[in-house]
Parts: sequence; structure tokens; C-alpha cells
Amino acid sequence: MFDEKEMILEAKHVTRRFLTSGGRELTACRDINLKLYKGKTLGLIGESGCGKSTFLRFLVRLDIPTEGEILFRGKDLTKQKGEELRQLRRHIQMVFQDPGGSLNPKMKIRDIICEPLINFGQIKTSEKDEAARRLLETVELPGEVADRFAHTLSGGQQQRIAIARAIALEPELIIMDEATSALDVSVQKSIIKLIVKLQQEKKMAIAFIAHDLGLIQAFAHQIAVMYLGSIVEILPGKDVEKAQHPYTRMLLSAVFDPKMDFSKKIERMDGEIPSPLDVPPGCPFQTRCRHCVERCRQTRPALAEWRPGHKVACHIFGKQGKA
Amino acid sequence: MKMVVKKNKYVCLLSMLAFLIILAAVFAPLLTGGVDPAASVLKDALKAPSAEHIFGTDKLGRDVFVRVIYGARISLSAAFLVVFLIFVLGTVLGVVAGYFGGWTDAVLMRTADMMVSFPGMVFAMAIAGILGPSIRNAVIAVALVSWTKYARLARSLVLKIRNRDYVAAAVVTGSKSSYILTTYMIPNVIPTMIVTAATDIGGMMLELAGLSFLGFGAKAPNPEWGLMLNEGRPFMQSAPWMMIGPGAAIFVVVVVFNLLGDALRDVLDVREE
Amino acid sequence: MLEIKNMTVSYQGCPIVKNFTMSLKEREIVSLVGESGAGKSTVIRAVMGLLAEGGRITAGDILFEGKSLLKNTPDQWRRLRGTHISMIFQDSGAMLHPIRKIGSVFVEYIRTHEKISKKEAWEKGMEMLERMRLPDGGNIMHAYPFQLSGGMRQRVGIAMAMTFHPKLLLADEPTSALDVTTQAQIVRQMMELKDEYDTSIMIVTHNLGVAAYMSDQIVVMKDGEILDSGTREDILGENRNAYTRKLLEAVPSLGGERYV
Repeated sequence: MFDEKEMILEAKHVTRRFLTSGGRELTACRDINLKLYKGKTLGLIGESGCGKSTFLRFLVRLDIPTEGEILFRGKDLTKQKGEELRQLRRHIQMVFQDPGGSLNPKMKIRDIICEPLINFGQIKTSEKDEAARRLLETVELPGEVADRFAHTLSGGQQQRIAIARAIALEPELIIMDEATSALDVSVQKSIIKLIVKLQQEKKMAIAFIAHDLGLIQAFAHQIAVMYLGSIVEILPGKDVEKAQHPYTRMLLSAVFDPKMDFSKKIERMDGEIPSPLDVPPGCPFQTRCRHCVERCRQTRPALAEWRPGHKVACHIFGKQGKA
Repeated sequence: MKMVVKKNKYVCLLSMLAFLIILAAVFAPLLTGGVDPAASVLKDALKAPSAEHIFGTDKLGRDVFVRVIYGARISLSAAFLVVFLIFVLGTVLGVVAGYFGGWTDAVLMRTADMMVSFPGMVFAMAIAGILGPSIRNAVIAVALVSWTKYARLARSLVLKIRNRDYVAAAVVTGSKSSYILTTYMIPNVIPTMIVTAATDIGGMMLELAGLSFLGFGAKAPNPEWGLMLNEGRPFMQSAPWMMIGPGAAIFVVVVVFNLLGDALRDVLDVREE
Repeated sequence: MLEIKNMTVSYQGCPIVKNFTMSLKEREIVSLVGESGAGKSTVIRAVMGLLAEGGRITAGDILFEGKSLLKNTPDQWRRLRGTHISMIFQDSGAMLHPIRKIGSVFVEYIRTHEKISKKEAWEKGMEMLERMRLPDGGNIMHAYPFQLSGGMRQRVGIAMAMTFHPKLLLADEPTSALDVTTQAQIVRQMMELKDEYDTSIMIVTHNLGVAAYMSDQIVVMKDGEILDSGTREDILGENRNAYTRKLLEAVPSLGGERYV
């Protein structure tokens, strides 16, 4: 379903380990392989602390993995430095989770959204007004917002500003870290619609982090499910209900939706998420999985193709041809 | 303008007082009717305060009032110079250390730690002693032991916003480090630093006077307040006015500048948004 | 059981909640839903007598078991809170004393409401934690709040709130800071508690899915006013208020609208 020629970024065997103060090793990301395609959205989903944000920060080079490479236009992002890195930044932009926190409280909106353009000399200071108006228009905000400070805007408006800043340079890839989770549902919907519209116009790739599968399946072409630093399932966004991995199924069952069957009982989930410091050998999900067998405790299941475009890392449900 | 004055009555009053002190220093010759602070009239030595010499005279018959007024020139300019030096040095080093971290930070902060582990005054005396007593060396000594406080403060203020999303956003949008330092870090640090500097003027003045008093600062016949106190010490019983004049001057000036610093804190609103 | 009549709450003379009327029966769950700033939290804070500084109920009345809460003395409030009415917050961890162990806070809490020995209080606390299916209650009693995950802290908060089997549990966004899987578990446990202790629950949430799953009644608020209210079936039904519909449609649903 994805054309390999349209691939713009590839993460290969990306691993990130932290050394804790006690001298123990914490693996935040373990051997992650992902591909991003032009004009397509990758939804990265998982619970807090699963390493999804850590991974996305590699893509914008706010952090560097311990191992592995991230290829963008044939260049390994992890090895870029100085001016060369700065030039690459123009193609990869980011929208943060907390809309208020990502806007400098001491700058006017005009200066915030024009900053990337000024940074790369694409406009002169005298052209700021014009550029700001144009950008605000693309994110459906009135032009007079340019003269205000971020704290005078609502959360939804702030996030629109953050999006305007991210698209100012016409990047090929935008990283969105829970970009809507701080917003009300109705605002969330309008922001998602805006993102989708902009993506269709500008053909940019998006990597979107979320913890709500219900939200992500509405607009992602590809969904990657992360658990304790590993990717346990990759599947097409439209096939989310065909998810195989028990963890993905658990996430699915945890979606509350006014159209659901209210007599459905919520399954009891015993077993806690193990501490990332003590990930058991074998399958990371074994402590919470009702299907866990001896083999799951021994060997870690590899991510294997279950159907075209759908990979699962599970000994029980990951086998080819087994529904 | 009227609004500003009304809202910040207290600051305005204190600024006015501070301004008066500075004016007194600048126009010292006018204020003292052209009397030379070094002119000694030995027959007038150790005269008690009177209409002619309102603060009395010292052991060489010099007018204490004239010397106190001229002393403001030395004390104020030295204190301002110290504060300016440590303000600039501390801010720059602190911001750089905080923003870049790594070995820059380690070296700078370990040096700062070393400085803190000595009692500041003793350390300043040692430096001034080595350099030789003069007001210039006293300034250098005090600056050398005091800059670390500013560096630490600037660093901690930078660290507070260093990991904010909006700084990360600036990096991602391709801002150069120099740009981030000047438009994000410095403006964030400056208000708090100004308040600290304003409150420190009094303290620095005291330290400089202290050094002079101990003989590590200004040398006779300079009319420096600390030195004057020292000169008056042997006559504490017989001619206490020799110490009262400069002592009162130090007291008033330090109080005014300390209060001004505190008041500025409220006006500049150095709090988290 | 709980009746709020034409209540208006004002902050510094400015009404935040206007003319709020609602009644709650025993063993019922009511959800207050709406966007942020709609005044949802203010309503339950008013019921708990915990309006922030400057807030006042300027009109109307709140009746709890037939008695007005507004005339309560501080002493009466103390007897009511924790035993008859309790509350859980968005982050119960923030309520727990940061540098005291859970156990010591819990024991103190129990002993302010019941004259029992420390040992008995400790056991009671352990029992409540186990009811919340927190594995290894002893460990948790000896832990500091920051050593627990958000979900665990929230369960501790609920365990404390339910210790004296209150008749009314007020919950202010109890799941919105949690992961979806944890959210589902908390929702399940709150519903179990309702059955077990016959507790009525008033929950503030912006998640209409959660509201719909849990509630018997739903109240939709906007700008301090009730725009719509009714049984769950009413609210989710067809011919509702345009705002209710807008909110409902905004909830992403599996197999629902896709934008790409």
C-alpha cells in the first residue's frame, strides 16, 4: 500500500539506553524500525513511558539514539552537526503536546510564527506582517491575532499557532507529540481536520503520537503500537479492528465511545506494567497477557509480517495465516 | 506617566533619594562650597560639630562633612563598578554554562563552588593584600569573589527555561544558538539579575568600605568612608563625630539602595508567568 | 438524595455557574460534561463546600438527604466530608502529602474520622487498598506518592475516599490524566464500588465516552449553564440540542468517521 519510492525517512535499529543514577540501564527504545512516507501519517501509540516521545525526539534531533540510524534523504540524522544539521531542520518540524508551553510567553504571535522564516532568511523583517497574515490564514485564524501574546489565546488557538509555525518552512515531515491531548474533544476534532487538510494540500508526512487508539485510527495511514520501548504491532490505520497483538486489542477495548454497547463489561486487567528497569526476558507484555505461555517468558517475539502491511510481534497471534 | 508614578510611588520616592545621593556625589564641589577635602587646617583639628563644621573635623583638621560628601564619589563609583563587572561577567558566564552544559558548565561551576567554600571577605582580603592596597584593587578583589553568585543565579534561571518546549521549538525551527541565547535566554534572566544587582549595591559598598577599613582598600588621604572610619577609630572616645559622619553616610546609602532593590523586585515583577 | 436547586455560584461578583438544578438518587451516577471553562468543576466543589477563594453561592440551595448544606458550620462540614461525602481529584497524587508515606497519611485520615487505634487504622487502610486491587498493599502503605504510577495513586485516592462508604462520591476528572487502559480500570472499579456500597457518584469529565458508559444521567454544561440534561438514552438519542450533538460527534469512535 505504500510506495517505497515515496519513503522519506527510515529509522533502522534505533535503540536508546539511559544509565540511571543507580548505575542500572534503562532501555527506552529497543531496536525500532519504522518508515515514513510522503503525504502519509504514522500514528505512534502506547501508554505513557513506553518510549514513543523519546523516539520522536530523535527524528527532530532533540536527542540522539544510542544505536541505530535515522536516514532522511539518504543522510543519517544522528550524525549531522552544526550548520548542516540546521539546514536539515527546515524539512522536519514539530508540534508539541502543551500548546501554551511551546510558545514563548514574551514574544508576539507574529514573531513566533515568522521565526522559522527569519531563521532561514526566507523573508525580511519588513515582510513579517504579510507572512504572518498568510500563515494565520492557513490555520484559519484572523490576522489580528498576530499582535497578541500566546497567553491571551485559547488552547485550540495556541495549537493552531504551533501548527502555523511548523508548516511555515513547508517541511516534508511534521512530528506531532500528543498535539491534541490537552484540548477539548470538539476542539480536538477541528484541529485534526485542519491537520488532515494541510497534509492533503502540502503532501507532508506526519508522525503523530497519541495514547487514544480511537483518535489515531481516524486519520492515520499506518499505526505503530509501542509497549515498553518495543514496537509490538504495525498495521494500516483502516484495519485497526483487525489488530492481532493482545496489547493492541487491550487498547481497543479501552476506548470509550458513545456509540458503544454499554452493557459490555470492562475486562479486568490485573498485572502491572513492569518497570522499564526490569523488563522481563521474553515478551515484554507477558505480565499482563492472558494468553501468555512458557515460550513468551523465554524468547522475545520478533516483529513478523502477518499480512502485507501488517506486522505483529507475538508468539501466539503473530503467526502467518492464523486469524 | 502619571499612572506609572501613582502605581509605583514607593519606587519613585526611593529612586529620587538614590538620585539625590548620586547628585550629591557629582556636585560635591558645589555642595561643599569649594572646600578641598584634603585641605588640613591643623589648628582646627578634632573640633566638635558646630555651625562652621557641621560634622566636626578630624585629627588633621579636615572637615568631615566635606570628606563624607566627596567620599560618596569614591564609594558610589566603586560599588557601581563592582556591581557592573560582576553583573556582566556573571550573567554571560552563567547563561553560557546553563545553556550549553557539558564541560563548560562543569569547569565554571566547580570554580564557583571553590569560591563559595572560602569566606568571601577573607578571600577578598587575601586578593587585595596580594595586589596591594588601592581602591582599584579592592574593586577587583570584591568582584572576583562575588561574580559566582551572579553566574549561579543566571545559570539556574537559564536551566529553568532550558528544557521548556518553546526553547526546543526554537531549536527545531532552525534558530542558531547565538540567537536563542540573545532572544530567549538573556531577556529571561535580565529582570531578576537587575533586581539582584540593585539590592547588591549596598552590600558591595559595605564590603569595599570594610576592605578600606581594614587597610586593604583606599589609601589616605582619599576620603573613603571605610578608611575614614578607620582613621576615626583611635579617637572613638574623644572625637566620636569622626566615625558618626561616615558611618551615618554608609548607613543611609546602603539602606536606600537596598530598599530600592526590593521595591524594584515588585515593579519588575520577577515571578513566573 | 442530593438536590441542587437553582444554584448560582459567583467569583468576585461574576457568576460562573448560573441557575443550576439537578437531583441525584441513591445508587445513581450523574456526569457533568462540557468543554473546559463550562463550570463543571465549580458545581462539584460547591457541593463539597470547597469553592476556591472568592467563590460564593449567591442563589439557590444544595440539599443533601433533605438538609441544606449551605448553613453547615465548619464543624458540621468536617463530620460530613470523608464520611458521607467524599471527593477524588484529577491527580490524587497531588493531594497526598509529598514527603510522607501513603500509610501514615492514610492512618491519620482514618483516625480523624473514627476513634480507632493506629494498628486498626493501618489494617483498615490495607483492606481498602486491596479492595481497589492494588497488588501488595503493604508495599504501597510504605511508599511515597512519587514512587507510584498515576493510576496507582488514583486508586489510592479512591481507596481513601471510599473508606467510610460515603453516600456520595464526587469525582473531578478522575481519569483524564491517565492512560486509556488505566482509565478503563478506574471506570470499572468506580462502577463496582457503586454497586458494593450503594454510593451515588457525581463525575465531572470531558470524555463523553466515559460519561456515556458510566452514567444514568448526563448534564451538558456550557458557559456555566445547563444546556441539556436527561437520562443517558435521552442524551445519546437523536433529536437533541445542537451543542450536545456537536460534542457527541467530536468523540472519535472506532469504525466511525475517518478523515483520510
